[in-house]
Amino acid sequence: MISSGSNTLSRWPTDRLLLWLLRGVATIAGAIVLLIVVFLVVEALPVLRHVGVARFFTDPSWHPAEGFYNLTPMLWGTLFAMVGSVLIATPLGILSAVFCHYYAPPAIARPYRRLIELLAGIPSVVYGFWGLVVLVPLIGAIRPPGPSLLAGIVILTIMILPTIALMADAGLANVPQQYLRGAAALGLPRWATIRGVVFPAAKSGLFTGVILETGRAIGETMAILMVCGNVVQTPHSLFDPMRTLTANIALEMAYALGDHRAALFVSGLVLMGMIAALVGAADWISRGRIYG
Amino acid sequence: MVKTMARNLDGRELLALALVWSAATLVTATFCWLFGDILWHGLSHISWTFLTAPPRNAGREGGIGPILVSTALILGVCLSVSVPIGVGTAILLAEFTTDASLFGRLTRRSLDVLSGVPSIVFGLFGNAFFCKTLGLGFSILSGGLTLACMVLPILIRSTEEGFRAVPTGYRLSAAALGLSRTTTLVHLLFPAAVPGLLVGLVLGVGRAIAETAALIFTSGYVDRMPESLLDSGRALSIHIFDLSMNVPGGDPNAYASTLVLVVLLLAINGTASWLAERWLHQRIVTV
Repeated sequence: MISSGSNTLSRWPTDRLLLWLLRGVATIAGAIVLLIVVFLVVEALPVLRHVGVARFFTDPSWHPAEGFYNLTPMLWGTLFAMVGSVLIATPLGILSAVFCHYYAPPAIARPYRRLIELLAGIPSVVYGFWGLVVLVPLIGAIRPPGPSLLAGIVILTIMILPTIALMADAGLANVPQQYLRGAAALGLPRWATIRGVVFPAAKSGLFTGVILETGRAIGETMAILMVCGNVVQTPHSLFDPMRTLTANIALEMAYALGDHRAALFVSGLVLMGMIAALVGAADWISRGRIYG
Repeated sequence: MVKTMARNLDGRELLALALVWSAATLVTATFCWLFGDILWHGLSHISWTFLTAPPRNAGREGGIGPILVSTALILGVCLSVSVPIGVGTAILLAEFTTDASLFGRLTRRSLDVLSGVPSIVFGLFGNAFFCKTLGLGFSILSGGLTLACMVLPILIRSTEEGFRAVPTGYRLSAAALGLSRTTTLVHLLFPAAVPGLLVGLVLGVGRAIAETAALIFTSGYVDRMPESLLDSGRALSIHIFDLSMNVPGGDPNAYASTLVLVVLLLAINGTASWLAERWLHQRIVTV
């Protein structure tokens, strides 16, 4: 706010002391990310050194006890679940924000928005539990076994929907009023205004929402662990059980030793890489380059 | 010609209307189903005994007394570490750095990344750093410290908002009176920024209480009453996970525990948005 020129500070020794104290504390806060990366790398290094990166993709299977470390089935699992849920949640979330802003009468819009805010705070283990006792038996009745990629996609969709809905809501709220008045003056009907004026104006907010929900979908562990069946295989249909990278860590960390443990830290590194890429993308969008 | 165009337009408008309303209905219905299911199955098991008794028979019978205590202890450790660090960082970012300064930008960027780190990765880190390297083992202390790393970004962002909401006039008047910046901070800015801090605190508590994945390998599974912070303690969310996944016949008590957790979270988040609307005059988005 007010610049901290050293001339204003030098008069008061307490100010200088305070500043150094705050700098120390902020350094701790800022260094946590580095610390996380360093620890992941240090723990992953043994297996990276004598197994190599390539074998995480070329080994015949994931059998860490026998020295096979193929992560690709889990990578596909993470990817399928993420793509499926983002594809469903994005239109639903954006439509629900549109509903709040342009379709719902105020008496409905307010409680509806409150509902979405409540949902954003529900923990993943609750969604997972509900998926396990309600959704999985339902899917099992249609096509056994029940725990499946489909169950994972549905639960993830429900979980990330509040994220995109709230971000889209904020994005739509930022559309300048005169755009809407201009559209009204031209006699554009409601949906034509939304499609032709609101969406292009809110584009960067919507994209940021998509990136945030993608991050949540990649990182989600408990819910997906509870409904996906956790068989290590690349799923060939929606009804196949499968395992994601995150679930793999949660399941095997308890008893993993030596190279096996290190291999789990490698998958942690992979997850961190994905998240870093997403943060980079979000940054790129917020700088406005998306308006090309 | 004109007529068909008009009809096409109408058709599209109607289709959009139907789509938007059905999306909203679908979302509402799904969540009513979820809440209804938990309420319906959970409510009949909730009693004072359930809230205070220790779990028996792997959690199938008995209550969640020690688990609530462990959860509270983990939360206490988490807050007592994250609040000083978070508030300090927020003050530095809001009051002592400009947006252009390198240190400020680096800290902000690293907090952005931190807020995106998946919780299971926090679990890995906590296990490697707090449990192994620092030698704390599976303990409430390790779990709380891991969660402290997790809630920092929320806490800092919200506290910073609180400080930025204080009018610049306060700082200028204080400077004109020749007050030191420390005095200004302690006596003027801090009291004015308390609402932001409170909102951050409540949101952080909400995030910490909801967390499961980061706690499995840090605070552990033991469901006895913890005797010290170095004991392993089972958090409420882990209790739900364990009952539903690993204990056949644990569903009734899992439902009841879920209801307790959901009610706690609704209360916490309700408090946060009430505080924010009342004092900060802004709506908060907890993404």
